[in-house]
This record gives sequence, structure tokens and C-alpha cells, in this order.
Amino acid sequence: MGWFKKSPWLLHYNATSCNGCDIEIIACLTPLYDLERFGIINTGNPKHADILAVTGSVNEKSKQILKNLYDQMPNPKVVVAVGLCAISGCVFQDCYNVLGGADKVLPVDVYVPGCSARPESIIDGVLQACEILEEKYAQQKKAKQSSPKSQTNQRQGFNHE
Amino acid sequence: MNSISEIIQSWSIIERMLAFFLLAPIAGGVLAGIDRKLSARLQGRYGPPVRQPFFDVLKLFQKERILVNKFQNFPIVLFFLFTVFSGALFFSGASILLAIFSLALAGTFFILGGFSVSSPYSHLGAERELIQMMSYEPMVILVAVGMYQVTGSFTVADIVQHQASLILYLPGVFAGFVYILTIKFRKSPFDLSMSHHAHQELVRGITTEFSGPALGLIEITHWYENVLLLGMVYLFFAFNPWLAIVASLGTYLFEIIIDMNYARFKWQLTFWSSWLFTAVAGVSNIIVLCFLK
Ligand code: SF4
Repeated sequence: MGWFKKSPWLLHYNATSCNGCDIEIIACLTPLYDLERFGIINTGNPKHADILAVTGSVNEKSKQILKNLYDQMPNPKVVVAVGLCAISGCVFQDCYNVLGGADKVLPVDVYVPGCSARPESIIDGVLQACEILEEKYAQQKKAKQSSPKSQTNQRQGFNHE
Repeated sequence: MNSISEIIQSWSIIERMLAFFLLAPIAGGVLAGIDRKLSARLQGRYGPPVRQPFFDVLKLFQKERILVNKFQNFPIVLFFLFTVFSGALFFSGASILLAIFSLALAGTFFILGGFSVSSPYSHLGAERELIQMMSYEPMVILVAVGMYQVTGSFTVADIVQHQASLILYLPGVFAGFVYILTIKFRKSPFDLSMSHHAHQELVRGITTEFSGPALGLIEITHWYENVLLLGMVYLFFAFNPWLAIVASLGTYLFEIIIDMNYARFKWQLTFWSSWLFTAVAGVSNIIVLCFLK
């Protein structure tokens, strides 16, 4: 059994959103919604995070950063797209530089709709992501058991220099 | 309580060390959980369950191991071993000086771990950790010196057996020790090198590049360290075990309240204030004791 459901740590990245959704994510940490009662901590560090929450429509500038952050997270990990921008691009869809959604760059596991997404739905989305995290951990374990040599539990060389 | 202390005294050194090795992480984890719950309540939040630190560590051990370089985890394992070693020395009743020096060595390995990776955040965290170490180390040694002056022995077993109350002879040393405990517990205003809260000015400071099991090990080491430090608080009140336990827990609660009430200091202020406090409270206490004896 995994312990991910009990202690999912969150990394939030703002991929050129209008800040509406970011403010709602921060609101989740306030005494009113208090994410920490589920054991969720908003870390600022991809190496400590289990869940990547992306807001915003993702453009050419933020694409590479988003990929880097995802690569730096240790497995198992999930991506939550928060807000309509991260799902489809919202009103910025037709802009020349906008990719239109986090799933153009990363494998998104949970979509949280809304413009802006409400704190309740963000919390709900993150808790659903925990379930997926558990599933991924179980799969990973199975894969490791069936082929212990090819799937080493180690990764090296993440200096992006 | 007397029967408990009799049982403990009947144990051999190895048994006492083993008891510390097994019980300290449980006590440390529960203390950390109480810390988080209480901090949340002080901020008007509901807060995580008291078992949350255990969940966190168990999860961290299930995560993938990412190594930036081969040397990275080596200092962290040594950090763990030397902290456990100094705690085991302390609780088995050996010399308090040896425990303090081995704890300082453990801290040095932690700093080496921070410097062994190439992240600038980690380097900055390690530099700040060095400054913190310079700030608290004189006071920690003064604690041993003061206890020696009163009891005439450096061994923990003798200090615990001492009949007179150490706190009456060493109020200044105790005040100075509580002051630097805030640094050792990594509490605000002195959580410069890394913080347990969501402050992110340095990403995560010295632990930035440590993930998964290594981070879990750092967390467990921190629990061992906390138990050891509270054990040192215990020594000041050792003439009455119940009072001593209440005093240790009270000190811990006091640190949590300080943590909630202060914004982070700059390193200059941290450094000067702790040295000033060490000089005014600690050194003057020891000078007065010299004249008394
Ligand atoms: S979904 Fe709406 S509120 Fe959220 S970032 Fe996009 S435009 Fe802003």
C-alpha cells in the first residue's frame, strides 16, 4: 500500500495565466479552506513534489520550464490542470503564441474546470489526483517486480546546465 | 517514576542505546505532529492529523531515488549516523561533551551534503547553516561547562543523579540554551537555511536537491536531534523527573509559540543576537558561578 493519499505534496506552476486561478490556489491554503488538513503541502521544489498543478494556457516561453519541472519530479507523479486556460486555453485560445492547454506539453491526469476554478473544485481535483498517484505507484511496483533489472529505481543527472 | 528510573538504571549501555534508537523517532515524530497541529490551530486552521509526519516520511521512502551526483547521499547517511550516535551516547549516560561534539560533526556532514550538489539554493542554504552553527555552538558548549561547574562531572549519568537543582545555579545558561534551541529546532525567526513551513524564499534551502528517501532520512534525523536536545533541557531539572518532563515539553511548546510570532531574521541579526545573548546570559552566569564556588 502506498502512503501518497495521506501526504501529497503539491508544486504549483503558473504557465502564463491571468493570475485568477493562482489566487484561488493560494486561497486553498488560507484558514478557510486549509489544504494542510489533508496533509497537502505547497512545496516550492519539484524534487519534493508529488503533484504538479498547472495554471494558465502555456506559451512558447513557459513550455520548456514546465517540461523541466515535470522531469525533475521523482516518480510517481501526477499533473493537475487547474482552470479553463490549462485545459483548453480559454479566452486566449486564438492568441498567436499560446499552445492552448497543459496537455499539449505534459500528460495531464486531472482537469479542474472553471474560470477561475473554485477552491472547492481544486481541492477535489487534488484529492482525485491522489487516487491516481496510488494507482501509478501500484503499477510501478508491478512493473518492477516483473522486470527487476530493466526498471532500476534510480535516475541520475538532472543538472540543467 | 522511581520504578521507571530503576528499570532504566538496571539496563546495560547497549540496551539503553537500543531503546533510544527505537523510541526516539517515535517520540520525535509525535512531537513534530503536535507542532504542526498546534501551529495550524494558532493560525486559525484545522491542521493535519498528529500522525502526519509519519505519513510524510513513509511516503518519501516510497518515492523514486533521484541522485544528482554519487556523493550526494553519503554525507546525509553520516549526518544520520552521527546524530543517532550522539543521542545514544547521551541517553546511555556517557559524556555530554562527546555527545555535543559528535552532534556538531553531524551538522557538518549535513552542510557538506548541501555543498555537494550544484544548486545555488542549496549552496546558499548551506552557507546559512554554517552561520547558524557558528551562532549556536558556543552556547551549547557553555551548557556542558556550566553543568560541570555545578556537578563536577561531564558524564550525563552523574549529572542526572545530582541532588541539587541545576536550574537554580544555571538560570542564565538555561535562558541562553532556550534561545539557541530556536535555531536548532529550525524555528522562525532563525529558520534561515531551511524551513518546515511553506516559506519559499530559498526554494527549500539546504534540502533543495534531496528527494525521496534521502529527504525522509533528513526528517528522521531531525526527530532524533529534537529528542536529544529536549533531553538536555531535562538535565537542568533532573532533580525532579516529573518537573523535568513538564519543563522539556513546555520548552518545546514555547518554541512553537515563538515560531508563530516572529518573522524571519536576517543572518546578521541572528548571529549577533545569539552571540550577545550567549555572552550576557551564558558567560556571565558562568563567571558568577566561579566566584560562588
Ligand atoms: S481559467 Fe480564467 S481565471 Fe484561470 S487563468 Fe485562465 S483566464 Fe484566468
